[in-house]
Amino acid sequence: MSLLEVRDMGISFGGLRAVDGVSFSVEAGQVFSIIGPNGAGKTTLFNLVTGIYRPSRGKVTLAGADMTGLAPHLLVRRGMARTFQNLQVFFRMSAVENVMVGCHLAERTSFLADLLGLPSVARQNKVTREHALALLGRVGLAHLADASAGALPYGALKRLEIARALAANPKVLLLDEPAAGCNAVETEAIDHLIADIAKAGVGVVLIEHDMKLVMKISDRVLVLAQGRPLAEGPPRVVRENPQVIAAYLGDHGAREADRAHG
Amino acid sequence: MAATASLSRVLRARLTPLIVLAALMVLVPVLAPSSFHLRVAALVWIFALAALGLTILMGYAGQVSLGHAGFVGIGAYAMAIGPARLGLDPLLCLVLGAVLAGMIAYGVGRPILKLKGYYLAIATLGFGVIVALVLHSEAEITGGPDGMAVSRLSLFGWRVSGALNWYWVTSGALLIGALLALNIAASPTGRALRALHDSEVAAAGTGIDVGAKKLAAFVVAAVYGAVAGGLLAAMNGLITPEAASFSHSIELVAMVIIGGLGSVFGTVVGAAFLVVLPQMLTALQEYEQAVLGLLIMVFMIFLPQGIVPSIRAYILERLP
Repeated sequence: MSLLEVRDMGISFGGLRAVDGVSFSVEAGQVFSIIGPNGAGKTTLFNLVTGIYRPSRGKVTLAGADMTGLAPHLLVRRGMARTFQNLQVFFRMSAVENVMVGCHLAERTSFLADLLGLPSVARQNKVTREHALALLGRVGLAHLADASAGALPYGALKRLEIARALAANPKVLLLDEPAAGCNAVETEAIDHLIADIAKAGVGVVLIEHDMKLVMKISDRVLVLAQGRPLAEGPPRVVRENPQVIAAYLGDHGAREADRAHG
Repeated sequence: MAATASLSRVLRARLTPLIVLAALMVLVPVLAPSSFHLRVAALVWIFALAALGLTILMGYAGQVSLGHAGFVGIGAYAMAIGPARLGLDPLLCLVLGAVLAGMIAYGVGRPILKLKGYYLAIATLGFGVIVALVLHSEAEITGGPDGMAVSRLSLFGWRVSGALNWYWVTSGALLIGALLALNIAASPTGRALRALHDSEVAAAGTGIDVGAKKLAAFVVAAVYGAVAGGLLAAMNGLITPEAASFSHSIELVAMVIIGGLGSVFGTVVGAAFLVVLPQMLTALQEYEQAVLGLLIMVFMIFLPQGIVPSIRAYILERLP
């Protein structure tokens, strides 16, 4: 039994089969990448797996338990966290507060205690803040803890989202284009971070356009085209699949991938 | 250097607004001891208490309500009807009004809080209109458009009367309300509310039950409104459906925005702005409303973040 299993997932929007018949499985400690041209259905697939959309067909199981169609806030409780392609940061809060929100599930206070400002709330705040600071350190943002999230550079916000997702202590982490819009140095940092997260035993599902990054850190790659799976396997095999090269990578992409592998 | 650093720390400290507010409450009777001034100040405290509910709902959680006066009306009429028609103790009615408003908010909030932005605003507006309509038309119980007299409030045997006594009672109520609002802000619940204000999808992604948190904020806001309404009715000794009117709802929203959305002290400043200014502008007679409107526009253009957050940011920027 795999950690995350997606079986025959599908959804239609007004007759258009945005995602159709997609299956894959992810093991703990593995980096599993989903690639494909724009509009291939990658983010839609993410939204189906993470409960933002309700699938018309198919099944999602996490460590054997059925998760299909569960609301996002319930999925997190069972160990599935994600980041977003278009940043979903709490811009009016500080960086550390963003991650503290991510610690929500581990916090042990009640609404009444919060309202009355009982000493237990102050203790909980302290514990949460320390945990959040540690996570910020892990993604390399400790020095910006008290800066307003609205004032952080783009690459930092991408890592902030990862720290916030990690705060939920997930078994599976879904990252939607974590390196999009990042420069080479920032991409490198995210590359190390993802490898580090997987090494800690988390199953990482990755959508990414940066082929170099994908080929370098993925254990397995799934290629989507027009909502359907085109190929799946280790990066080396997928890269050499003629259909994949035609549909997505093109000449230039294949050369890039070659270079990444040396 | 040391002085500016400590000023910065004071401005950032959590309970500073509460201490400043308490100091202000002690100063007002010294500087303006006439019963007229004290009554106006007590009105400011009551409206600030009602508006604090909106600070939690709109300022923290980002959910717009254009029907908040409906809950003020429910609290006010509970205070009027309970003792007059059912022979209940006025203090008990203050509590019952708050409980009733909370329960109604729970029932109404579940379906309408699924709506967002303008749609939520219109749905809450509808709620406020219904409350005002019921208070208008159920004349046998509510006295209709003429309203009804409200019996005196007594707190554990002490009959509250006179401007100064009401001043202290309303001060105490506002201080408690402000303390609770500040407590929420600095708690996991407050973080969850502020998070869903910025991004509901990301808040849900961290495990926050967005619907439940919004509903909690709506219920708490309703309780604030109802307690303020009960105090308003008891202090004035008379209540009319005007308390629950749409224009009153708008006034409460304006207080929260002028003072500074999400700022507890700003809410008090906003309430003072909209209660005290009309009193000061009465000399202008027929131009009063026009000048008041103009002043609101000028303040919003030059202090778009609201009075208190704008001033606070201005000072903090200039500190090392």
